Amino acid sequence: MTNVSNFKRLPSRHDASVTVFVEGQAVQVQAHDSAAAAILAAGLGHSRTTPITGSGRAPYCMMGVCFECLVEIDGQANTQGCMTLVREGMQIKRQQQARLLTDSQHD
Amino acid sequence: MTKSSVPDTQGDSQYDLIIIGAGPAGMAAASTAAREGLTVALMDEQCSVGGQIYRAIQHTALQYQQILGADYYAGQTLLAAFEQQLNAEQSQITYLPNSMVWSVEDDLVVSFSSGEISHRLRAKKVLLATGAMERPVAFPGWTLPGVMTCGAAQILLKQSALAPAAPLVLAGSGPLLLLIAAQLNRAGVAITAVLDTTPKGRYLKAAKYLWGALKNPILLKKGLGLLQELKKSGIRYERQVSDLKAIACEQGIQLEQVQFSVSGKVQQIDCNSLLVHQGVVPNVQLSRALGLAHQWQALQQCWSPVRDTWGQSSHADIFIAGDGGGIAGAVAAECQGQLAALKIAEQLERINPQVLVQQTRPIQRILAKQLSIRPFLDQLYQPAEAFLKPLGDTIVCRCEEISADQIRKIAAQGVAGPNQAKAFCRAGMGPCQGRMCGLTVANLIADEQNRTVEAVGYYQIRSPIKPLTLSELADLAD
Ligand SMILES: Cc1cc2nc3c(=O)[nH]c(=O)nc-3n(C[C@H](O)[C@H](O)[C@H](O)COP(=O)(O)OP(=O)(O)OC[C@H]3O[C@@H](n4cnc5c(N)ncnc54)[C@H](O)[C@@H]3O)c2cc1C
Ligand code: FES
Repeated sequence: MTNVSNFKRLPSRHDASVTVFVEGQAVQVQAHDSAAAAILAAGLGHSRTTPITGSGRAPYCMMGVCFECLVEIDGQANTQGCMTLVREGMQIKRQQQARLLTDSQHD
Repeated sequence: MTKSSVPDTQGDSQYDLIIIGAGPAGMAAASTAAREGLTVALMDEQCSVGGQIYRAIQHTALQYQQILGADYYAGQTLLAAFEQQLNAEQSQITYLPNSMVWSVEDDLVVSFSSGEISHRLRAKKVLLATGAMERPVAFPGWTLPGVMTCGAAQILLKQSALAPAAPLVLAGSGPLLLLIAAQLNRAGVAITAVLDTTPKGRYLKAAKYLWGALKNPILLKKGLGLLQELKKSGIRYERQVSDLKAIACEQGIQLEQVQFSVSGKVQQIDCNSLLVHQGVVPNVQLSRALGLAHQWQALQQCWSPVRDTWGQSSHADIFIAGDGGGIAGAVAAECQGQLAALKIAEQLERINPQVLVQQTRPIQRILAKQLSIRPFLDQLYQPAEAFLKPLGDTIVCRCEEISADQIRKIAAQGVAGPNQAKAFCRAGMGPCQGRMCGLTVANLIADEQNRTVEAVGYYQIRSPIKPLTLSELADLAD
């Protein structure tokens, strides 16, 4: 995991007391962090690859509108990382070129 | 705060009012409606109240209050009033966090997902208080990891006390760009440069609205104060920046540089983080899915649902308050939430028309002041043409990876509008359902066909407004 691009924690009122696993690597995060925040704190770089060209993407809006933060959380693909709070032991994995199961509902 | 549990949805629960969105508009509406004796359900897909401006107000991560400033912590007053109503002995409010509303139907049935389970509730009136989103603007390289919006960085500050990796550059236009640059700077985060893309001549164009702006000198002064604060900090500040481009490292997987022009001179800055911003636009996903009437806002360059001064939409029982109905900021959102709640209370015969007039007069005065400065700001910070109408292979639809040229080509072939373009090339068909490309696709079609964006129109949005999991879909079939 490259760490050139990781977000840095500023003086905080909360402790980093929750352990999550980003691509298998343990990361200490705060209870109010989202899974997308954990990804950025870990310096994961891209957190998903697109279904079409396989290009890398990372969280963009952090407020649930862009869907760039789609990751696999505890085995559940297509989860919006920015809208999911961390839990102790959470497994967060990159989503590789996955299409939505329910994609056809908007055709 | 005590959270209300998800109510039993076997027999459809009845509320007087369902409010969607717990930002300033939704919180103020809930407190006001409950005070007048209405039963209220307040839903928000976030885990706590506050919306965008007051995000994480109950558990702000940052240790030092001067970073986010007084306007942020003002949310604590709103929160206290809301908590008082919520925790009252016979509370009228059912607060449902982590509840993503994916459909509102004509008959006022609201469907939402919470904990991967779908629920349905019905009310006599529905208030949409779903707020705004940052205007999605396509420019070369905006899909690269390392590029995100200024608002995204601000969310990480408020909720997690996280700061972007250095070297850091901010680029764009608008009051929020300046605010977020100032907040990061106060937090001690090194900013290599702020690239202001506000085009030349905008101050002159905006000058005709200065009279209105002067009615709210405090807000005007705040904006100037932010500019001064940034200037004093010694941060490199480039004006009239154009040709913004995010450039990838050799492997193409990560941002490495930002390129831009000032007075025709091309420059580069090495950076690991680029935060972009071009103002905010109403989040119209729900109001569109409902088929409510919308109007084109020429100054703001966006669509907003039609509403009267109370917030009543084209559907008599559906109201809209806050930035979801047109951008006016947090104080206006709070006022609009109160006004809508009071009007609804009157319509449901909980207060009489005289009381309504009495109670709303002072609120309308505050609101008018907030609205008076908008035309000035909207004209001054209207995005540069290049951001509205991108060129070449710049990705427009991030989900389906459709470029500006692809849309332009379809447009030149005579596509009727965004919906047909969607059918032809899949733009707008990915998980974000057109939130990120809708305005740009319409602009490109308008540009190629010499039509107005207003005439070109917008995507037809259908429920569910967010992709559901199989288990959530299964609940529906039950
Ligand atoms: C990222 C961002 C940051 C901002 N920061 C500032 C700032 O620092 N200062 C400032 O003055 N202005 C800021 N603004 C402008 C902001 O629009 C207003 O200040 C204010 O927050 C508007 O209040 P509101 O109640 O209308 O909407 P919001 O505060 O946006 O609240 C809307 C709420 O609705 C919820 N919601 C939306 N759709 C659904 C759904 N389908 N189901 C369930 N819940 C839903 C959202 O989760 C959100 O909590 C920001 C805007 C954005 C987009
Ligand atoms: S980062 Fe945009 S939806 Fe999560």
